[in-house]
Amino acid sequence: MSSATLSQEHADSDLPPSEPWSNIAEETEAASFGMWLFLGTEVLFFGGLFLSYTIARFLYPQDFLEAARHTDIYLGATNTIVLLTSSLTMVVAVRGADLGARRLVWICLAATAALGALFLTIKGFEYWEDIREHLVPGRGFAVQGFGATLFFSLYWIMTSVHAVHLTVGVILIARLAWLMRSEPLRLPDLPVYGLYWHFVDTVWIFLFPLLYLAGRA
Amino acid sequence: MTDAAIGQGMPKAAEEPRSYLDTESFVSWLTTTDHKRIAVLYAITVTFFFLVGSGAMALIRYELTSPQGNILSDEAYNRLFTLHGVVMVWFFLIPSIPAIFGNFLLPLMIGARDVAFPRLNLASWYLNFIGGLFVLYALLAGGVDTGWTFYTPLSTMFANGNVIAAAVGIFITGFSSIATGINFIATVHLLRTEGMTWFRLPLFVWAMYAVSLVFILATPVLAITLVLIMAERLFGLPVFDPANGGDPLLFQHLFWFYSHPAVYIMILPAMGVVSEVITCFARRQVFGYTFMVFSLVAIAIIGFFVWGHHMFVSGMSSYAGVVFSLISFVVAVPSAIKVFNWTATLYRGQISFESPMLYALGFVGLFTVGGLTGLFLAAIPVDVHVHDTYFIIAHFHYIMVGGSVSALYAALHFWWPKVTGKLYPENWARFAAILMFFGFNFTFFPQFLVGYLGMPRRYHVYPPEFQTLQVMSSTGASVLALAYALPIVYLTWTLFNRDWKAPDNPWGATGLEWQTSSPPPKENFRALPAVHSAPYHYHETGEAPDPRAQDEAEQ
Repeated sequence: MSSATLSQEHADSDLPPSEPWSNIAEETEAASFGMWLFLGTEVLFFGGLFLSYTIARFLYPQDFLEAARHTDIYLGATNTIVLLTSSLTMVVAVRGADLGARRLVWICLAATAALGALFLTIKGFEYWEDIREHLVPGRGFAVQGFGATLFFSLYWIMTSVHAVHLTVGVILIARLAWLMRSEPLRLPDLPVYGLYWHFVDTVWIFLFPLLYLAGRA
Repeated sequence: MTDAAIGQGMPKAAEEPRSYLDTESFVSWLTTTDHKRIAVLYAITVTFFFLVGSGAMALIRYELTSPQGNILSDEAYNRLFTLHGVVMVWFFLIPSIPAIFGNFLLPLMIGARDVAFPRLNLASWYLNFIGGLFVLYALLAGGVDTGWTFYTPLSTMFANGNVIAAAVGIFITGFSSIATGINFIATVHLLRTEGMTWFRLPLFVWAMYAVSLVFILATPVLAITLVLIMAERLFGLPVFDPANGGDPLLFQHLFWFYSHPAVYIMILPAMGVVSEVITCFARRQVFGYTFMVFSLVAIAIIGFFVWGHHMFVSGMSSYAGVVFSLISFVVAVPSAIKVFNWTATLYRGQISFESPMLYALGFVGLFTVGGLTGLFLAAIPVDVHVHDTYFIIAHFHYIMVGGSVSALYAALHFWWPKVTGKLYPENWARFAAILMFFGFNFTFFPQFLVGYLGMPRRYHVYPPEFQTLQVMSSTGASVLALAYALPIVYLTWTLFNRDWKAPDNPWGATGLEWQTSSPPPKENFRALPAVHSAPYHYHETGEAPDPRAQDEAEQ
């Protein structure tokens, strides 16, 4: 990122960089670089889940398709739309900071956090419904077959690990939205939050077809 | 290597520079973002866990002096070797060289004022510490009896111990490794000083870079595997449980995908240390610098594709076994390159045998034995015979203890003047280094024999014909314990004794870390140095090296 474009647009570029950086452009680059590395670790973290899913589905293809029909595609699809919209508001916030539009930035960040919270709420209702329909492996599990047990184990683990990531994102972005009302448009942080948020969305883009669309073709 | 602006020989400025050790309060240590202080914090916790792990081992070795298994109960024995493994792997060996010496030296060696993310660095220490507390809780609440590998279905269905607490502890400390890895990679990419190109980096920095790659690519897989274990044990969500159609082999694949590269987490930093020490005390440029760099990176990368050699007898496809066997042989090639290059670096060097050099040479010998016996184990027919015997115990202790811990002690003696500004009694140090070498072989060589004769690991009742070798091993362990304790005693003593003040560069070494005062000031360098030549510039290319001025190091 060139420092020239930054300095002409903002008084914020006067913001002192944190140690050990000599200017804010370097710090921004470093923060993004660090987040990309972290997202690399996240790919491997979720990779263990996707590998387990792949192997279990390979072992029990019919059971998986049967089990996947028990998830609630309406809530799942609604949530997909909610999350994709939140990615849009996140992009607008990051771009808004580039343009120096403070109001736009914090409103869009607040919208992102709100949409994330909406996703979690819908997911909560969906979990409640799943429990009522005995879709938790163990006693009284509603679906027959080894594959179904594995499918719903992975369904609960994958969606809850994703939800934990989303919760962290919602809290951090809500806090950032609050700060952005008054603090300088602190450039190093915003693109980093953006990267994280898009990553969590991307994970859902993979989870949705694996858990909801399978068996419904 | 660089401008000798602040090097030795210059008259000292009238006022002493404030060192990073000059402290205002205890709280200033716990809230520090200075990479040097964080390194010291790590040194304290790592030493503590080393003592915990050693204590467990002392009891195990005591038990094994008798074949009847009449000192500890079966459960206590299982819990002790699990504790030993968990603590030594995750809380001693993995953080030892990277988190202590990597943290301290990486910014100094590349001419930076700190790591890229100082607050993240401090957070990594707290994560490590909190993870350690969980493991200590698991220990005090009755221990874990699964072995450090947490194999399913034992760990999820049958084990009675505090598997969850231990798993949470390891999960948390894993993120401390990830934070360190991210920090090191970003630091090396973004904070090298002027003229410090990639192929002028000291090999220790390359080793830290390679180990960071392993940290960030392997550790998350362990984390998710532990999540799956916890889900299965705590919430009854089966993924590995064969009674519900799961595959326990999948656990082993995921676990070893982390845990084999974890072996390289332990050995790569050691290789970096040894490259620094051998060049300094042979007064030689390192032989084949480029090959040394690429072999470090090659070990880190190939190390990701050999995990199946832990599973030759676990019912994995025999075709997969053949492939894993082949790749395991391949990973020996870059390791061998390193051993040959260290040896070639000694050739026509002006060698002097200070204690760091003794430890480093010990490393080369012990690592070679450990590496060569690794080839036995990579060969499937031999592995089937010695699998899960004391042979494998001896093999990996030659790498991890003979190799990594020797290198840790080499680093400790080599950089002690840099970290603390103190020298130490050199004759005691040489004695400890030689004692460690003998104590180590005395402990672990009998285990090759007893393993080859068929004694399985993890049993405390054994046929009486193995007693002689087991008693030898236990005796050796006492010698080894003495050799480990001795430096801790005299090094600590130098801290409280004014007479041992070190010059800035007692070894006449070339690295950037030696171009600032010892101990370094808070900001590392008053003016950031610039680099004009390759590392290890101990002599001109094509000319014979000069002997080191001996009087510098002696009192």
